[in-house]
Amino acid sequence: MYPAAFDYHRPGSVEEVIQILSDNPEAKIIAGGHSLLPAMKLRLAAPGALVDLGGIDGLTGVAVNGSASIGAMTTYDDAMASDDLAASFAALHEAISHVGDIQVRNRGTIGGSAAHADPAADTTAALVAHGAEFVAQGPNGERTISADDFFVDLFMTALEPEEVLTKINLPAPADNTSSAYKKFAHPASGYPVCGVAAVVTRDGSGNVTAARVVATGSTLTPTRLAGVENAITGTAGDADAVEAAAANASEGVNEWAGDHYASSEYREHLTKVFAKRALNAALGND
Amino acid sequence: MTATEPREKLVGQAIKRREDPRLVRGQGRYMDDIVLPGMAHVKILRSPLAHARIRNVDTARAAEAPGVLGVYTGADFADVNALPYAWQAAGVDNHVNTPRILAVDEVHWVGDPIAVVVAETPQQAADARDLIDLDLEALPAVVDAEATTHNGAPQLHENALNNIAFEWDCGDEAGVEGAIGDAAVRISQRIRNQRLIATPIETRGAIGQYDAGTDEYTFWLSSQAPHVHRLVMAAFVLGHPEEKIRVIAPDMGGAFGSKIFMYTEYPLVGLLAKQLGRPVKWIEEREEHALATAQGRDHVTDLDIAAEQDGTITGLRVTTWANLGAYLSTAAGGIPTTLYGRMVAGVYKIPNIHCKVYGTYTNTALVDAYRGAGRPEAAYVIERVVDLVAAELGMDPADVRRKNFIPTEAFPYDTGIGMLPYDSGDYPAALDKALDLIGYSDLRQQQADARANGKYLGIGFSSYVEVCGIAPTAWVTSEGWGAGLWESANVRVQLTGKVVVTTGSMPHGQGHETTFAQMVSDGLGVPYDDIIVEYGDTAGTPFGYGTYGSRSLAVGGTAIVQSVEKIRDKITKIAAHMLEVNEDEVDIDAGTAFVKGAPDRNVSFGDIAATAAVGAGLPEGVEPFLDATTYFDPPNCTFPFGTHIAVVEVEEDTGNVEIKRYVAIDDVGNVINPLIVDGQVHGGIVQGIGQALWEHGVYDDGGQLLSSTLMDYGIPKASWLPMMELDRTVTTTDVNPMGAKGAGEAGTIASTPAIVNAVMDALSPVGIKHLDMPLSAPRVWTAMQEAKEN
Repeated sequence: MYPAAFDYHRPGSVEEVIQILSDNPEAKIIAGGHSLLPAMKLRLAAPGALVDLGGIDGLTGVAVNGSASIGAMTTYDDAMASDDLAASFAALHEAISHVGDIQVRNRGTIGGSAAHADPAADTTAALVAHGAEFVAQGPNGERTISADDFFVDLFMTALEPEEVLTKINLPAPADNTSSAYKKFAHPASGYPVCGVAAVVTRDGSGNVTAARVVATGSTLTPTRLAGVENAITGTAGDADAVEAAAANASEGVNEWAGDHYASSEYREHLTKVFAKRALNAALGND
Repeated sequence: MTATEPREKLVGQAIKRREDPRLVRGQGRYMDDIVLPGMAHVKILRSPLAHARIRNVDTARAAEAPGVLGVYTGADFADVNALPYAWQAAGVDNHVNTPRILAVDEVHWVGDPIAVVVAETPQQAADARDLIDLDLEALPAVVDAEATTHNGAPQLHENALNNIAFEWDCGDEAGVEGAIGDAAVRISQRIRNQRLIATPIETRGAIGQYDAGTDEYTFWLSSQAPHVHRLVMAAFVLGHPEEKIRVIAPDMGGAFGSKIFMYTEYPLVGLLAKQLGRPVKWIEEREEHALATAQGRDHVTDLDIAAEQDGTITGLRVTTWANLGAYLSTAAGGIPTTLYGRMVAGVYKIPNIHCKVYGTYTNTALVDAYRGAGRPEAAYVIERVVDLVAAELGMDPADVRRKNFIPTEAFPYDTGIGMLPYDSGDYPAALDKALDLIGYSDLRQQQADARANGKYLGIGFSSYVEVCGIAPTAWVTSEGWGAGLWESANVRVQLTGKVVVTTGSMPHGQGHETTFAQMVSDGLGVPYDDIIVEYGDTAGTPFGYGTYGSRSLAVGGTAIVQSVEKIRDKITKIAAHMLEVNEDEVDIDAGTAFVKGAPDRNVSFGDIAATAAVGAGLPEGVEPFLDATTYFDPPNCTFPFGTHIAVVEVEEDTGNVEIKRYVAIDDVGNVINPLIVDGQVHGGIVQGIGQALWEHGVYDDGGQLLSSTLMDYGIPKASWLPMMELDRTVTTTDVNPMGAKGAGEAGTIASTPAIVNAVMDALSPVGIKHLDMPLSAPRVWTAMQEAKEN
């Protein structure tokens, strides 16, 4: 449980971070450290240098004003404390509450988790469901990456090696939008064997006009369940409609995760179950 | 308080553990808290392959790394004996292969130690370990307990044909054959009792120190049996005089059996300390614990059952392949034979039983005793048997149990398969109390209603018996154990009247300091706070065999009771002399000795202690000091029993099992401290539920351990469990003067089959009769899908 030796940097600005990353291809960014440090202690990761973002001002905090802006270094616990986030972005708020335990949530950060892109992270599905935009700063300045483009593969995002994720923006939800996150936790790790975040918008008569339904844990990256989204849109959003829509969860998903604990068939099935549960919760169906 | 008011007895009272304030405040002293001047640190390089020939181990780069004091390989310890094998499967050939300090020529499991680095810091040792270059030639591996015996399987050891370490049996093979031939109902089923990883919160550790001036070793070890570790190292491994080895077992963050055994790391730290002239510490890493500490269970068992239409079980054939891992651990031969095969009758009168056990080698971690040690496997077998019969006949499992129970008037009862006679029991009483507490008739109605609503509600029973206080030395030696199993205690009264109790047992969560002080307080009539209980250092305690097998009270407690009796006798003699009366006129209570009928004529305990310690004014022929040691070897084991009932609901969508209620009626005989017994029962039940639902040491076919971290290995979490509803019946035993049976493992033994039986009951509407553990959500859901398709 001793990591290999590494250099440690704690710069005061994002520009300095970028410079260190440019100078040292072996350097890795560390945020809360709750994914990277365990890997280092097992010597599954042995970066030559760590660049700690903890000394940089302006990377923390949650601001909600219709839309939301979450500093990449905001801890789970600080985000959970935001009633505004809970009110407007319930799926993310619920997903955060499922992460680890109090100690993990006190240190772990939303940006760190997103950049790590663990296929079984809780928050990633919610971020994609809320249509998050990921703001990255790099040698060529700042750019914004859409949720649908951000998560590329297992432990791989669209961030370039010298880019720093600084902020995650959530667009203001349309009127009559609600959301929820439901998961089946692995009995050892607590990570989702399958988690589904659902964000739905209804019109004045209660019909669903838009839906984003995203799976994590059962898939290799946070994956939008297009079959479910399409099928629930245009319905009254009642329990029968949800049941019918959730049955389409497999549509368009090419690969399901599987391991010695849970097969890919089981995870595919769970995705239907939890798509149903997340949609029912979001739509207020008992 | 005056001498005329009898003092309130402490035995039987729910006194809070006196150990806890220190431990919960972080004032415990665990292995890694021990820091010695000049101490160096050890890291062990373990085999990444399950089976391989060692072509070369190049330590050159590691030896030059910063802070490194030495790098060693198997060749450096070639003259040190392999570890001893202390418990043979009795009466049969044991083809013995035990671990060497470091592997030589070949490795046999992922985790087999190959090289060791000693450095100034653990960090430097870990860094240097990464610089050792291994050249291994991979060989085919086998991990399954039964498949390893098949023709063509990779062979581990030259002396063990087909990887069979021993073939052992008990019972009446022909009788069972006949019973099955004649049976109206025959059932066959293969069941697996999966491998478990002990997973105490504190992993193992070892510190070695060598004094060249006196030629003395001092060891600090994770040890449930410090005297045995000293004895074994002296006599079998180091070949060093026992009196020049001291073993200290500090506070322990859990063990569950895994810290009983002799491990290669223990002599290793002593040898390194001598070599380097510095104290040397090794602390096991969490992943290393999963790979290298002895594991539990791992049986494949074929059952053949004969029964009559009324539910009477007439014959049982049990054929078990017990996976013992790559080498034989210290007690590996006794667990699946004496403690398993001889217990498969459970609480039932079954006229024909035969149990055959193949102890087998595989390319996996060593397997030895783990909480319950053989009895959980036996209880699982017989309690599944009863439910398979009930399911086959469409009978209530409670009725099948009652029909086959050993009758209460039959005790002491010999099951006929070589176990000592069960001392006492009243099995229907425990079942009735459990049925009453859970409200059984209403519960079956609730189940019917739930099923009508498409819910999968299940009720599961476990009527268990186990063998505790494992001791009678004549018996255990006849059963292949290579030593005694009596237990020791010394009680001495200091000049100040304070009492010191030392025990050869080794508590690690059992609360000896509290329980034993309660007993001595009552026995000598001295205040509880004036009694100190000491243990864990071979330099300050009488030789004893340690704590495991729920034996510390039944065996070690009796040694205390008898030492107390000896001191009472001496106090009576001295008091009679001081009071100038005859001995039979003296009574002792509440800190004084007084003349019967004239309590005003008394001497205080303190005055007697002072008189005895100073030695002036003693009666003629009485030695100074109040000091008595007893070595107690009981006439029999004890056989606690009970009935547990679990209510579960299986979620159809996910296969997830939720425990709705859990009722446990345990009969552990007389109880010294109900709070401690309840705690043991709670923890035990949870550990058994862990096996039923979540825990699984998984090897892939190539011998890689897939569950080596707590991200993969699912130990129970408090929030998944219901409030447990506990009660007791009390059937005493005459095996020891307390009438106590033992409580450390009962919960674990009982709860695993109760949960599995409940889940099978829940799944019976879809026609499922048996699933192997752990009953994880994916496994249950998949089985339900398959059952529905059929």
